[in-house]
Amino acid sequence: MTTHTRRNVLRGVVGGSAVTVGLPFLDCFLNNNGNALAATGAALPVCFGHWIQALGFNPGMWVPKKIGAGYENNVQLKLFDPIRDKINIFSGMKYFLDGRPHETHTSTVQIATTGSVFDSGPIGPSLDSKIADVIGTRTRFRSLEVAYDGSRQSWSRRSGTSINPSEGSPAALYKRIFGPEFKDPNAAEFTPDPLVLARKGVLSAVTDQRTSLMKQVGAGDKARLDEFFTSIREIENQLELQLQKPSPMLACHVPKSQDEAKPDALVDDMEVNSKIMANLLAYAMACGQTRVFNTWLGAQQWRRRGSSYTWHSSTHEESIDPALGYQKVVYDFITEANEMFVDFVRILDSVKEGDGTLLDRTLVLWQTDHGDARTHSLEEIPIMTAGNAGGRMKSGLHVSAPGEACTRVGLTVQQIMGVPLNTWGTRSNETTKTFNEIMA
Amino acid sequence: MSALKRKTVKALGAGVALAVCLGLNFPASQAAETASADVGVAAMRRLTPEQYANIIEEVFGPSIELGGRFEPELRVENLNELGSGRLSMSSLGMSQFDSMARSIAAQVVSEKSRDIMIPCKPVAANGPDDACATKFLSHAGGLLFRRPLTAGELQSYVQAAHAASVTAKDFYTGLSLTLGAVLSSPQFLFRQAVVEPDPESRGQFRLDAYSKATRLSFFLWNAMPDAALLAAAEKGELNSKKGIEKQVTRMLAAHRLEDGVRAFFADMLQLDGLASLAKDATLYPKFDAMVARDAREQTLRTIVDLLVEHRGDYRDLFTARKTFLTQALASVYRIPLVNEAPNGSQDFWQPYELPEGDPRAGILTELSFVALNSHPGRSSPTLRGKALREVILCQKVPAPPAAVNFSIVQDTSNPVYRTARARLTAHAVNPVCAGCHKLIDPMGLALENFDGSGAFRTTENDVALDTSGSLDGVKFTNAAELGKVVRDNPATTSCVVQRLVSYGLGRAPVEKEHVWVDGLKAAFIKDGHVIPDLMRRIATSPEFFRAEPRIAEVTKASLN
Repeated sequence: MTTHTRRNVLRGVVGGSAVTVGLPFLDCFLNNNGNALAATGAALPVCFGHWIQALGFNPGMWVPKKIGAGYENNVQLKLFDPIRDKINIFSGMKYFLDGRPHETHTSTVQIATTGSVFDSGPIGPSLDSKIADVIGTRTRFRSLEVAYDGSRQSWSRRSGTSINPSEGSPAALYKRIFGPEFKDPNAAEFTPDPLVLARKGVLSAVTDQRTSLMKQVGAGDKARLDEFFTSIREIENQLELQLQKPSPMLACHVPKSQDEAKPDALVDDMEVNSKIMANLLAYAMACGQTRVFNTWLGAQQWRRRGSSYTWHSSTHEESIDPALGYQKVVYDFITEANEMFVDFVRILDSVKEGDGTLLDRTLVLWQTDHGDARTHSLEEIPIMTAGNAGGRMKSGLHVSAPGEACTRVGLTVQQIMGVPLNTWGTRSNETTKTFNEIMA
Repeated sequence: MSALKRKTVKALGAGVALAVCLGLNFPASQAAETASADVGVAAMRRLTPEQYANIIEEVFGPSIELGGRFEPELRVENLNELGSGRLSMSSLGMSQFDSMARSIAAQVVSEKSRDIMIPCKPVAANGPDDACATKFLSHAGGLLFRRPLTAGELQSYVQAAHAASVTAKDFYTGLSLTLGAVLSSPQFLFRQAVVEPDPESRGQFRLDAYSKATRLSFFLWNAMPDAALLAAAEKGELNSKKGIEKQVTRMLAAHRLEDGVRAFFADMLQLDGLASLAKDATLYPKFDAMVARDAREQTLRTIVDLLVEHRGDYRDLFTARKTFLTQALASVYRIPLVNEAPNGSQDFWQPYELPEGDPRAGILTELSFVALNSHPGRSSPTLRGKALREVILCQKVPAPPAAVNFSIVQDTSNPVYRTARARLTAHAVNPVCAGCHKLIDPMGLALENFDGSGAFRTTENDVALDTSGSLDGVKFTNAAELGKVVRDNPATTSCVVQRLVSYGLGRAPVEKEHVWVDGLKAAFIKDGHVIPDLMRRIATSPEFFRAEPRIAEVTKASLN
């Protein structure tokens, strides 16, 4: 194998003309277990996903009684039983506003994604973006963002002026990942396209202008141009990758093409969308197209056909059932969203890669905006993680940290994913503490 | 295609929170988090989707299909135009622009179009031809950049075309890829604002002539500068007051002023929200995407007819009984409209005048306001009142308190509180909420005659609606009277001036510009509240082209 490395095979192939190259089959590239690249012996890469599901949980119905391993799920999370050992649950934590205006459903997600509330000043990158800087630079897509409600809403950002919009259409997502530019990593033959080389070349005419343009603008526009040229560089990287034979991915499977989503936020449609999106994301990772994703449920607009109430309006307007002691409609919405998360985790776990699964090498961070959406509470915020991050993270634990900042989980997750930082967040949301009990 | 467009193509062929207390708009809230810009700086503005499409059509003709999607816009201080001065480019956005650019470029150099679009033929089609590439790229690039290419830019692109033609063994493929790169460049995708010292005002700085041309054309036409405006920039005419006035007069007389007025009011009234507005199909079976699209067009037609065609008083928009309808809209409004279309087309627009005394009058009673500011399955006095305060009167509704119980607010099945007024009154006994609700509920409740889809009604849950109230102490009894009160509220006049200035500058006026803005407000009133006259005053003001020295100093330093 030492003479058949990808670089050796490809070196000199793209010389301005298309050449079809016969390459060894994928078993030459993977170890016997199929969970590492044989050429390098390196483990399959870790992946990260951020799942944001607004509107919290019903208070008093989700925190497990026991702390640590072997806990029993509380009533609202009973449906998590099949994946209990694959996830961690964090309870007791808070968001801190430090006197800043409370933009309901927004300020708190800012904290969850960036560690800070922004009422003025520059907006920092979201944690997924920082993680993508570490693990997402050598894939076709630095990250993929999806919204189940068909919108473009996203909390992923490189900065306040460079927001990564979500893909709300399963058909468009499919085309983006598995359209004509997709190269099957397991294809026996690989033909570098000279037009890709030409495309890469002409982009240099754009980047050539960088220096002169920078001289013409002030500091604010300089930062925006920097972001622009970063995005151009990412296209150049994508083109560069298209010139190389991709590493074989044992579990890669190209899903069937998808129809357009229904342009509404009915729960029934969301369930269909969620399964399609989950499969597309799973195979985007299994096929090595990306290592980072963001999922936004768009839960606040969910509703049922014929009802004048959305999930969000129900949280504020539904009375607490005196017999049950909780908001029944809201409970049902939460259950449906949780089912989607369970489905998603199981889909990742169903992608077998040798001895392990895609979930094993992935870390999914689940966050929400409020503890009790009914009152926009900032306390008792549920947080979860799923997967084992390629052996870097333990699972099956209930971690309780009463009164502590939610950012502690964000810092832990970033450190697990290799982001070099010892502190995260600002003011009361700043933390230097990680949850060592979940770090392997 | 307009004569102007034909000429260009020919040339080419030769060339809140009341989630406020109630909740709700996540995207808007997201926009609000964006950092403040450096006030006073002439920031680059990213082309809006509409401007991008306009330029492509202008330069290459209407047959070019964009074949892609745009990144979402960002609304800052109630205007997308201000957001365009904050946005950069995400990886996904860049990839979408790149994809569109290649698609457009491929169409331009296709065998079908190349004889019209490209002013020369290569010596040999299977390799580079620098002379022909230079001719095409300098011309097309100049139009797309809204200024002549610098020598360095042209050299880079010609060299890129050369290399790509060699690699692809085809001149046109190389040219196509290079044109795609031009269309993916920041000089095209952002409206540049190059600043220079102002020789007429010592110590002041101004936009250079081409940046002035760009600012004028996007402000007045929402389009790139035409040939005459670029020529005026080239000759230095835009550096004199007389030259500016000549061009502004010409542009205000052009039919394309309508495009500029449409673009401004679509932005100010946030009509982009209609593109994704969905109503519950069971509760509102008549409301569909076509109705939402027509609702936008109805309001824009009403605006153009009154403000541009008839040079009417801006304030009359809130009382106007003359409007335009399609059959689909009339059906939702429950207006019996005789179809006057020659062929019975459902898309036919007909002028319609509401009878005197009808409670429906003015744009606040149009679907573009009442349906847009509602929930998917019911009306919302709170959202409507908030929108009126913030969008029409430029007043900020305070942020909501935390930890509030909303259960009673709009429980429509509550036997005691059967109307929105009753529910909101009960809710507003909470003193924490009462302050906000006093600001917004009375106006919103006056529009309760319109359900969540905008259809007219007189009862809710079989209880007659009480639509009376007051705005800043002036009383009204129904929506039509609310329109009159809004018309006569000084904030209505002040707001549109403030918005139009911000829209033109791409930022809110800074403190030292307030005197100028106050003068514009006074003149607007004196002129009879005529929007094109206000646009003229803004576009001919030296302040419109001034920029803070912070950016200019950098430029100056780079020139030294």
